[in-house]
Amino acid sequence: MTDAPELSAVNRVTRHAVLGDLEAAREVRIWFEGRPLSAREGEPILSALVAAGVGVLRHTKKGSPRRMFCGIGRCTDCVMTVDGVPGVRTCVTAVRDGMRVERQAGVGRWAREEERDGA
Amino acid sequence: MERETRPAVVVGAGPAGLCAAIELKRAGAPVLLLDENSKPGGQLFKQIHKFFGSQEHRAGVRGFEIGKDLLRESLDLGIDVRLDTEVVGLDPNLNVWAVEARKRSYTLEASRVILATGATENAVPFPGWTLPGVMTAGCAQTLINVHRVLPGRRVLVVGSGNVGVIVAYQLLQAGAEVAAVIEAAPALGGYGVHTAKVRRAGVPMLVRTTIVRAEGSEGVERAVLAEVDGKFKPVPGTERTLEVDAICLAVGLTPSIELAALAGCRTFFVPELGGHMPLHDEFMRSSVPAVYVVGDIAGVEEASTAMEEGRLAGIHAAHSMGYLDREEMERRTADTRRRLRALRQGVFGEKRFVAKERVLAEKEKECP
Repeated sequence: MTDAPELSAVNRVTRHAVLGDLEAAREVRIWFEGRPLSAREGEPILSALVAAGVGVLRHTKKGSPRRMFCGIGRCTDCVMTVDGVPGVRTCVTAVRDGMRVERQAGVGRWAREEERDGA
Repeated sequence: MERETRPAVVVGAGPAGLCAAIELKRAGAPVLLLDENSKPGGQLFKQIHKFFGSQEHRAGVRGFEIGKDLLRESLDLGIDVRLDTEVVGLDPNLNVWAVEARKRSYTLEASRVILATGATENAVPFPGWTLPGVMTAGCAQTLINVHRVLPGRRVLVVGSGNVGVIVAYQLLQAGAEVAAVIEAAPALGGYGVHTAKVRRAGVPMLVRTTIVRAEGSEGVERAVLAEVDGKFKPVPGTERTLEVDAICLAVGLTPSIELAALAGCRTFFVPELGGHMPLHDEFMRSSVPAVYVVGDIAGVEEASTAMEEGRLAGIHAAHSMGYLDREEMERRTADTRRRLRALRQGVFGEKRFVAKERVLAEKEKECP
């Protein structure tokens, strides 16, 4: 797992005429589909993934791709499996060090307890 | 006068809810402010443009600055704010059912409930609208202004109202390209100041134009547009394709009335204010005694009007709980109403003012 290449934050808005330069934040490491990426402490999983250029967050049970729609916890378009728990709204769930984030198909499935403990 | 000791519960810590809680606390009334998010402020911190109005409305000040000031004020007053707390139930006896951190569930007995739950962005379905890259304008706004990430490089904005043109401009400020802003109506819908800025930046603004479909395999690659006739039907042969990787929908908002409906508040359909909304009187009281509605739930307007409505409800609730005498309540209310009236002027404001008058009249008629 550790050999997978890291995803870099290609979509981060670092400079802004009104908001100024992006302030430094503590780095949090999370894993997307086995690939490491660096996130900003306190930000939602969704923004870390969008920053890293991830285009598809899940598939419906018929295989149609989804990413996000409302971005504020209303619509459930951006749900993913987080540390073995499916259906987590990534737009309103903050990143935590070592978090494992995976795409799910349909409503996903719960990881067995031993799999979750092994996280 | 006997004072009510059970708290007033304010649901939603956006501009309306914060102002309601501030007025209650200023008057010395017990108040609890609940919000499902991990940070207060609602949508205020996404608003990086300057607000309109007069000096006392803090015109020329950017939304997020106003948000910071409101938070400081609520902190200074020592308002009890419970974050990560979702209100999932409300009955006509003012039992508030809350869930904290998605784990702990409890009920609160409130003496007054002020609903400041806001509004939800509308969707408009078209072939391809579920593709990654299609999102609401508010989603893009949250990502660029709060989280500082770009959701797309070349964006189509659907809808030319204030949200559409403001988000189009903010996308440019964040470094994206805006391929076009399209509008199905024959005229652009936003405030001239905002529209002009987008136009000056060279963004095509296309009226009488709709989106026919979005195309792409794993995400948006193209948007197909067409001109519409007088009945908003696409005119065959007018299709054109734009290469875009994101499509932002800015097609209006609908009041989030779920809790008001649970409590049994009478609703009324007001298209100018976003659709079904709870009836309210001039103190923002709904048809259910002691339940108030303020901000976008009481008709979609703006943060500035939402704040004044919050104040109206907070002032009245504090009075009805025995913490403000009638004279003081009337004085504070008159000041607030005067500022509110000043905000509902001009072409757009006047329309909202007239619609609000209709709401008050209906409330008076249906539940005097």
